[in-house]
Amino acid sequence: MASVGEIKAQCPAESIEALSKEAETLKAKLEEERQKLNDVALSTVAERLEVINYLNIKPRRVLKGHQAKVLCSDWSPDKRHIVSSSQDGKMIIWDAFTTNKEHAVTMPTTWVMACAYAPSGNLVACGGLDNKVTVYTLSLEEDVSTKKKTVGTHTSYMSCCIFPNSDQQILTGSGDSTCALWDVESGQLLQNFHGHTGDVMALDLAPSETGNTFVSGSCDRMVLIWDMRTGQCVQSFEGHQSDINSVKFHPSGDAVATGSDDSTCRLFDLRADKEVAIYSKESIIFGVNSVDFSVSGRLLFAGYNDYTVNVWDSLKCVRVTLLYGHDNRVSCLQVSPDGTALSTGSWDCTLRVWA
Amino acid sequence: MEQIVEKMQDEASGVPVKTVKSFMSKIPSVFTGSDLIMWMMKNLDVEDQAEALHLGHLMAAHGYFFPIDDHMLTVKHDNTFYRFQTPYFWPSNCWEPENTDYAVYLCKRTMQNKTRLELADYEAENLARLQKMFSRKWEFIFMQAEAQSKVDKKRDKLERKVLDSQERAFWDVHRPMPGCVNTTEVDIKKACRVNKPFKSSRHLQLGVAGGRISPSASETELASPTEAIKRHIAMLKQRLDRRNIKISKVAEACIGYFEQYAEYDPFFTSPELPNPWITDNLEFWEQEKIAKDIPARRVKRWAFSLQELLQDPVGREHFVKFLDKEFSGENLKFWEAVQQLKALPQKDVQDKVDEIWTEFLAPDASCPINVDSQSYEITKRNVENPDRWSFDVAAAHVYHLMKSDTYSRYLRSEMYKEFLNGSKKKTSVKGIRSIVSFSARKETATS
Repeated sequence: MASVGEIKAQCPAESIEALSKEAETLKAKLEEERQKLNDVALSTVAERLEVINYLNIKPRRVLKGHQAKVLCSDWSPDKRHIVSSSQDGKMIIWDAFTTNKEHAVTMPTTWVMACAYAPSGNLVACGGLDNKVTVYTLSLEEDVSTKKKTVGTHTSYMSCCIFPNSDQQILTGSGDSTCALWDVESGQLLQNFHGHTGDVMALDLAPSETGNTFVSGSCDRMVLIWDMRTGQCVQSFEGHQSDINSVKFHPSGDAVATGSDDSTCRLFDLRADKEVAIYSKESIIFGVNSVDFSVSGRLLFAGYNDYTVNVWDSLKCVRVTLLYGHDNRVSCLQVSPDGTALSTGSWDCTLRVWA
Repeated sequence: MEQIVEKMQDEASGVPVKTVKSFMSKIPSVFTGSDLIMWMMKNLDVEDQAEALHLGHLMAAHGYFFPIDDHMLTVKHDNTFYRFQTPYFWPSNCWEPENTDYAVYLCKRTMQNKTRLELADYEAENLARLQKMFSRKWEFIFMQAEAQSKVDKKRDKLERKVLDSQERAFWDVHRPMPGCVNTTEVDIKKACRVNKPFKSSRHLQLGVAGGRISPSASETELASPTEAIKRHIAMLKQRLDRRNIKISKVAEACIGYFEQYAEYDPFFTSPELPNPWITDNLEFWEQEKIAKDIPARRVKRWAFSLQELLQDPVGREHFVKFLDKEFSGENLKFWEAVQQLKALPQKDVQDKVDEIWTEFLAPDASCPINVDSQSYEITKRNVENPDRWSFDVAAAHVYHLMKSDTYSRYLRSEMYKEFLNGSKKKTSVKGIRSIVSFSARKETATS
């Protein structure tokens, strides 16, 4: 951000009007540059691909046990366990394959809005309206709740959390419109990320080899890409007309997909620095809560407030199929680490595994 | 949603609304479920009847239209009659009706003394509960109900019928029958936002046990509007300076990625071993853990990128063997040490930085690596103020070296080719059936 200093030096006494005018011209110029790059639509290029008509996704497991709305879930790195959190203040560890509950932890708060598995599979983190992120060590011998540790506290609810390639750090997003990176052991705040002007709703880590960047989506309708080392926002995308509820990196790491309350999903490309696709239909009128890609990045799964999961062809920008099953809003959804299955959680108190 | 409802109510092109005469009485302004579904199929881009029904059900659940004689707000594809809700009662008017209103409404229903308006069991229960709750105010509620029903009685019979039903539907939305989904519930995150006090209690929570508090929005940002605009300008300039690629390039890259990985996406290509979720067969996961009999598919993936190779423990091991043969293992060791450093708890970072420095970069390092002078200088400076990212520049340099040099040589080496061929032979005997089905699938996909 050297250029900030530069501008300051050049025009110390400039008025707000002049500055806003400059911003406007720059904006127009940017728009013009963008149009030049906007040579063809993604879906046009993708016309040469075969239409996907052989999908046969069916519900394979139903996980019942929560007493209230399921708000968040995460796959274990072992590909068969799932952690889920619910409005009843419980966090449950499932063996999704057998549908058995392995642990059930009662949290000090209801509305446990976020939970995440650590890369080792031995830790889980969760939090919500208590504004805190709490880490639990999983062990079969002892009661899990005895081994808890509060790592960080935000000034508003914690909406999302994720372990960035290590059991020792945790990245959180919060209703106080910031994201923060915490040291798990000491509870020290390693880095915080300011830039959003609305509640942060979702986070995702870049799948690059170094894993230094992450993306966040917020109620200010912006998608921001952050550098974890400096705490700076390195890229931003706008376009959504309402709160962004979910963000997810394309497996190539070059694009991010988003789901929003404006009932659309969009794809933003990092190298093109703009929106490259929009996934919407006139008959889809409810907000999107959660999105995820299949292993190849071709399928985009999106969980909606209308109780369904729409499966999009991310390249042709058409809907491939609809998954019915839940009796209330689909609040979270995630493809398993090996891509063999899709888990969904809903306000109807159940989780389902599809394959 | 409301746009669609407005379109539906359009007199010319909307859903046909009529007054039906049935035995002895008239049922004013209604439409049938099948008319509605037909209209939706014709006018909205829904794919099949199931989707139209689902959408219809949701709109009913939100109270935009309702079945005329059922508390269950849903839509059936038959001749059941439905009626539109008046916009006054639409959820977008931010109704948060209170229990007293509900009590008045239920009370009124009991007065009218008609079978059509008789309370359902759950409503009677609610009424009893409310009566207990508002025992002191009950007289007042009763009076209000009486007054309302008097007003109602003055209206025309048909109009009254419509109004009664609309009011009933309104309460079916806000106080749903047990077993129905309450659509008026809001997401707690959004609810929090609406009620949030504006940056007031920021410092109140300091000193909460365990962990510290992340400060919310930085002070400077709130300081002056000029600052904010300047920042915005800087951001725009930065964006203008970015070299961006064309959409066509993006499209090619995404398609290329899909084509490369389609083989590994279980939603596109069924794996060689059955998907455990579908067949209850755990072989798929168990096979992954065994280092023997690596399928050729997996080995092929190592050639996609260095990242893919290093992600697979077997691949990494094989690459290390190759490096040992070339006596160039230090680069990978350094890179991995840097990755480990990033994952350490904060208290161990300092020690590890020193350790990496002495092992790889110090003048008398035990395992020296080659980095260009520029990265070396940057790293040297960083190490004076060590953090977990001190070696990032050097590591990026080394990674680039490995990728462009050693890795490409590895892919061309006999060692990799042999391994690839070896694994091919093994799988061809073992999983012949699945490979056949897989190639058949691929043919249809590429044709």
